[in-house]
Amino acid sequence: MLGRVANTIYWMNRYLERAENYARFIDVNYNLSLEMPPDEEQQWKPIVVITGDWELYKSLNTKVSKSKVIYFLAFDEKNPNSIYNCIQKARENARAIRPEITKEFWEQINALNYLVKAGLENKCHKENNLREFFTNVKNGCQLLYGMYDATISRNEGWHFGKLGQAIERADKTSRVLDTKYHLLLDSPNEVGSSLDLIQWSSLLKSVSAYDMYRKKYGKLTSASIAEFLILDTEFPRSILACLIRAEQSLITLSGSSFGFSNSAQKQLGALKSQLEYTAINEIISGGMHEYLDDIQKKLNGISTAVYESFFTIENQIAT
Amino acid sequence: MPKLDFSAYETKGFYDEMFDENNNVRPNYKLFLERLQKMSPKKLSTLQHSTDRAQLSLGMTFNVYDDNQGVERILHLDIIPRIIDNKEWTHLERGLQQRIKALNLFIQDIYNDQKVLKDKIIPKEIIFSSISYLKELEGFKPPKDIWCHITGSDLIKGGDGQYYVLEDNLRCPSGVSYMLENREILKRTFPELFEKLGVKSVYDYTHILRDTLESLTDAENPTVVVLTPGIYNSAYFEHSYLAQQMGAELVEGKDLIVQNEIVYIITTNGLKRVDVIYRRVDDEFIDPLAFNKKSVLGTPGLFNAYLKGNVVLVNAPGTGVVDDKAVYAYIPRIIKYYLEEDMILPNVKTYICDEEQDRKYVLENIHNLVVKQTDASGGYGMLVGPKSTKKEQQEFIEKIKHNPRNYIAQPMINLSRVPTITDENTIEGRHVDLRPYALYGDDIKIIPGALTRVALKKGSIVVNSSQGGGSKDTWVLNH
Repeated sequence: MLGRVANTIYWMNRYLERAENYARFIDVNYNLSLEMPPDEEQQWKPIVVITGDWELYKSLNTKVSKSKVIYFLAFDEKNPNSIYNCIQKARENARAIRPEITKEFWEQINALNYLVKAGLENKCHKENNLREFFTNVKNGCQLLYGMYDATISRNEGWHFGKLGQAIERADKTSRVLDTKYHLLLDSPNEVGSSLDLIQWSSLLKSVSAYDMYRKKYGKLTSASIAEFLILDTEFPRSILACLIRAEQSLITLSGSSFGFSNSAQKQLGALKSQLEYTAINEIISGGMHEYLDDIQKKLNGISTAVYESFFTIENQIAT
Repeated sequence: MPKLDFSAYETKGFYDEMFDENNNVRPNYKLFLERLQKMSPKKLSTLQHSTDRAQLSLGMTFNVYDDNQGVERILHLDIIPRIIDNKEWTHLERGLQQRIKALNLFIQDIYNDQKVLKDKIIPKEIIFSSISYLKELEGFKPPKDIWCHITGSDLIKGGDGQYYVLEDNLRCPSGVSYMLENREILKRTFPELFEKLGVKSVYDYTHILRDTLESLTDAENPTVVVLTPGIYNSAYFEHSYLAQQMGAELVEGKDLIVQNEIVYIITTNGLKRVDVIYRRVDDEFIDPLAFNKKSVLGTPGLFNAYLKGNVVLVNAPGTGVVDDKAVYAYIPRIIKYYLEEDMILPNVKTYICDEEQDRKYVLENIHNLVVKQTDASGGYGMLVGPKSTKKEQQEFIEKIKHNPRNYIAQPMINLSRVPTITDENTIEGRHVDLRPYALYGDDIKIIPGALTRVALKKGSIVVNSSQGGGSKDTWVLNH
């Protein structure tokens, strides 16, 4: 497989995952805001912070309001990570690697692209029924995940796609937890109060974790939630589960399952082991924010190493 | 519910493919018309709209040159097909086979023995002054002596009901993906008619294409790639479509590397040798070492690897000389010279501005003629005399006087028309041309179908997609 093509598949999957996560963040936050005291800044600033684009937001907007945040995250062409831009880029990547994907996948990604364009044209962010739009984006992305798994052969390209998806997913889960965890612990609401419960539930729902969490732990506690989202090995959006998934693909792509044969495999294996042999109370006592920040940095390092190990020309000519 | 009504349909002054001069339906369209007449205008409009949607979801888009990068448009597909009966098709088929055979012999000759020049069939200045003539190829013979593996000639039908060849496209003819996808869409629009009418299938095009490409190398399990300029190219949809349908790797120039005169693709597992390149990049841009030094679309050393016989390029470089519109004028003589046969499909009468007598005629009659730049395509660099202003005519007179080699002129041909759905949801005749596709492997195969391009604007005869043209599916009947 061409290095350029592998890189394009990798990023196509990352963009789709990012778009789906954003759609969920907005939807959950919108739902939450209906039942919360009317302080728009307090409610909407955190989700911009989660995405890591707070500085960009400030440079484009003078104040924080619901419609401005939704516009920024969903449609703003000046935000490289907005849903609109992610879907555009995912579709453009799909177009560039059309022979690697199936007709079903291609037609669905076109449909999703038109859905998002129509959303922008119809000024969805100003509507009251905007939840329908975000539900459609979420469903559209999830349909693509399904088609990716159900119609594409488990070849090299597929594994690069899964690798990209897993890394993006781990990053997003860590960011949601990082931002919300502190806000909630520091919040003036009484622990266990109904507002407190709504907030913790919404954190779980932001990463589609509510149902599976309840099934496993029942009661909502901050430590269990953190444990579930960081260290669970079975829930597909927990950071550790994403790393396990990423490693499976990386082993197939590298051709060796003992130790490592390239820098990406080395870094990913080290991070996975770190999480495997850590308990949640150690993370909490050592500082949640520092721990998650370190994970995000390591994920970036892994992504760079994947690029250098597989996608660049220099590496290929040397071998 | 009112039904579609053709009583006001206008055929005067032009050859109409559906109706004769007395407004009687031609036999090849009889069943189709019956189907249309059972339909309400609303139903027709619904069918047309679902076609537009199907094209969007298939991503059948093209980028327009001079447009912003990334701006994609759909090539409008009109659902009323062009229908050709078997007798007419057999004639076209024979004519194209004859023409392509002769042109291939001609290209081999001008790069090798140059007999055609020594025998003064065509002035050698015309060949040597053509920007598409590649001196580097002198003495070179491609595998199996085939130069033009893929051809998509443009044909038109005049007011006399005769087909004429308007242009030969021997470089990188495009549009075949639209022929194939248009067919898939129309099979959903009029499923019952395909069976009833007996329409020949075009389905195996990509299979024959793959076989043709593989037949040019001795390598076992050859690596075949499609070389594209990239996603901003106007024909990118087609490049990716053909690669995907053929199971070939789609590559850009930067994905290839030449080492020791062998071409490789750069893969995630190292380098892999390439045997055949179906390139959709023009000669000028394939190799910055050999041609345009500024080209970023090409691969350094590619042309040299080709000359050494280590990789096959399809079509061969250097075929563009036939696309030169000044060479076109000599094709009747070229066919006679190589095959000792009369031309089956005639050329359009062509005035060569480089010849004094012709030039005089062109300058005096420019308002009645279509003037074309010899090295341009896509409807660019062209003057349609009867539809032009005095000022535009004067501009072309100056251009011709300044560089006569660069221009030819042809009488204005009244292109035939096919009923077409207008924006107002009425049906009116619109001018069309015909681009059938030929593959030259062990023999010359003409795929029984074509891209029919249609000038959507009323009265217009410019069918190019970049200039407001659309397309129609082309049905070749079994009988």
